[in-house]
Amino acid sequence: MSTLFQSFNLSDWVLDLWILATASLVAAACALVGVFLILRRQALMGDAISHSVLLGIVLAYLISGTNALWVMLLGAVIIGLVTAWLSETLHKVSRLQSDASIGIVFTLFFSIGVILVSLYTGQIDLDQECVLYGEIAFVPFDTVIWGDMETGTDLGPRAFWLILIVFAVVLISLLVGFERLKTVTFHPSLAVSLGINITFWHYFLMTLVSMTTVASFDAVGAILVVALLIIPAATAYLLARSLKTMLWLAVAYSQMAVWLGYAIAFWLNSAIAAAIAVSAGLLMGLTLVLIQLSKQYHKRTHAHPLRQIKD
Amino acid sequence: MNGFEPYNDPGFLAQAWQQLGVFWSFDDMNATWVLVGSLLLGMSASVIGAFAFLRKRSLLGDALAHAALPGVMMAFLLSGSRDAEIIFAGALVSSLLGFWLIDWLPKNTKIKPDAALAITLSFFFALGLMLLSYIQNTSLPDKSGLDKLLFGQAAAITSNDIDLLLYVTTLVLVTVVVFFQKFRLIAFNRVYAETLGVPVRFYEVVLAILIVLSVVVGLQLVGVVLMAAILLTPIAAARFWSHQLSHLLTLAALFGALSASLGAQISYVAPAMPTGPWIVVSLSLLFFISFIFAPRQGLIKRYLDDRALKQRVIQENILRTLYKLLERSHFQRNGFSLAEITELRSMSGTELRNRLAEMVRRGWVKQNRQQYALSEKGLLKAVKLTRRHRLWESYLSQHADMTSDQVHQQAERIEHILNREQEEQIVAELMEHFDPHGAPIPGLSDNQGHPS
Repeated sequence: MSTLFQSFNLSDWVLDLWILATASLVAAACALVGVFLILRRQALMGDAISHSVLLGIVLAYLISGTNALWVMLLGAVIIGLVTAWLSETLHKVSRLQSDASIGIVFTLFFSIGVILVSLYTGQIDLDQECVLYGEIAFVPFDTVIWGDMETGTDLGPRAFWLILIVFAVVLISLLVGFERLKTVTFHPSLAVSLGINITFWHYFLMTLVSMTTVASFDAVGAILVVALLIIPAATAYLLARSLKTMLWLAVAYSQMAVWLGYAIAFWLNSAIAAAIAVSAGLLMGLTLVLIQLSKQYHKRTHAHPLRQIKD
Repeated sequence: MNGFEPYNDPGFLAQAWQQLGVFWSFDDMNATWVLVGSLLLGMSASVIGAFAFLRKRSLLGDALAHAALPGVMMAFLLSGSRDAEIIFAGALVSSLLGFWLIDWLPKNTKIKPDAALAITLSFFFALGLMLLSYIQNTSLPDKSGLDKLLFGQAAAITSNDIDLLLYVTTLVLVTVVVFFQKFRLIAFNRVYAETLGVPVRFYEVVLAILIVLSVVVGLQLVGVVLMAAILLTPIAAARFWSHQLSHLLTLAALFGALSASLGAQISYVAPAMPTGPWIVVSLSLLFFISFIFAPRQGLIKRYLDDRALKQRVIQENILRTLYKLLERSHFQRNGFSLAEITELRSMSGTELRNRLAEMVRRGWVKQNRQQYALSEKGLLKAVKLTRRHRLWESYLSQHADMTSDQVHQQAERIEHILNREQEEQIVAELMEHFDPHGAPIPGLSDNQGHPS
């Protein structure tokens, strides 16, 4: 690896910095969106969209012939919305359970994506492995150049800019739509009676999920996105008592997972993205253990007769 | 990669065709075994997946398949061998751990079942990928084929794998046959099964173990990522064809076997192609064909039924309108213009003309220049409908405390579906001859429709 790095005339710490910056933005954006998936009980929809996005990227590339950022984003958002819509429609029209219709749609989309990737390997800048792991270690080498290819200024990694844009979009949407999203999430029937368009917010959220997923795709691959979407948010759900705290906690957990994961990957010489996802899980495990222990402790120390009745 | 693109070679198709010939001539022992293996796997996975589907745990298989990955990698790391049995044991252990976690999380924490599934799936998978990337960066021998477990590759299968596949799928199928009654009972009515004293928990664990077994044994062929579809899609497709469990299972097994063998053939002929995705694509094709064309519950059939019902409702409404006009003329004049009809019941002119033309063909209505009159047959029908409509109105106003302007809308809908017995029941409850609006309820014995 080190000879490869040297040939690019970049010092190691600059590379590490780009990788870490990208990873922490990916994790933060996923955590924010994931909070709503957990609260709205749509964890499986997150799973489904993160798989389908592969097809969106491949199709967008095959149709347009470029891998410009906005084309990828557009492709992913469209296919994400199609996944959400198709699962919903299949559920309604065919009277299948909703998780079954989700499962049928996303496995099909993902399969077509993988088949296309295998068909056009060599022509597409994707292969089966990268679909799964992402290649966050190579993120710094695919850079955006402002101006002429030869003389222009190197603005830094493409994946970084993509996730930065998406992170900004997610953040602004949450700030602007916070109250609405809160109402739609916790009191859907109240939201309806207030005249809030629930369907719009549902698909809005699905759009955010798709955008986050595609922006994370380069870095962490299709399936590990699920871990970053769900696990930090679920951990925060265990502790938080308000939506705001949950959002902050989820981001905090996601950042811890990035640092811990980076260390583990360095130590084991393994894939960084997978290690980050694993650390998110480990942190959740740790939190669960602490919660269980404190429950036990409270039971023992507060074994007051009245309290026992209340429990 | 490296500029090598096998599918752009014009000779490829001819070669693939030839390969397919070899495949089906059963000369190549390995190819035959792959076919047998994929048929068996498709069958057993679909059958066991059906029970998961009926228990409303469609995506359990997805999570369990993903959960198998770290076990495979650990088994390889610890033993250093890729023997089918060792890999199988590792996968089994970690899938069962995954199953336990999916069960434990929602029961003991605030986490909801769907999140528990996604957490388990993604954590175990990430762990597996981390170990895989660790293995690939080491210098262990035999490490090369492990990544094929992700999407499956029929050509990479060994005879050892096939043996295991045969044993396990047979075990799964036999267990299902032996416990069929119990599984069916639990699948359809868990609470009832409990009250009968059936150890439900035990059978659920057996079922989970069977799912895990099918998933784990399918890894070589289908891969971790898409195993979910082979458990789920066949039964979802079969559901459009029948309601009877034995038919459902047979159909699902057929679908599963068919697409599994198809996927295996494609990937055997073109080894760069992963097997799993092709199986899923052919399964989904079967699903959508069933969804659209199935004779009793397909989309087309339901659309046609729906349209037929709508047309019948419109025709019956026209009949009733004609009867009302007849009533208004105190049964003196039978024969009304389109304008008179649309005055009482608004609908588009073309719609009305089309329906009337059909009613003339059926002999319900007679047309005399621009005038439409009820025939004998049509009058009988119209009386029956009006009677039901007005009976229902009276019934609602007496027994449901509805005011007379509320009951009309209800009666408008129910008149088309009330049957003879219900009608008699209402008559037995009512002593009325007039509906809440004061119109007479026509009797059945009186063919002329005069109030009885």
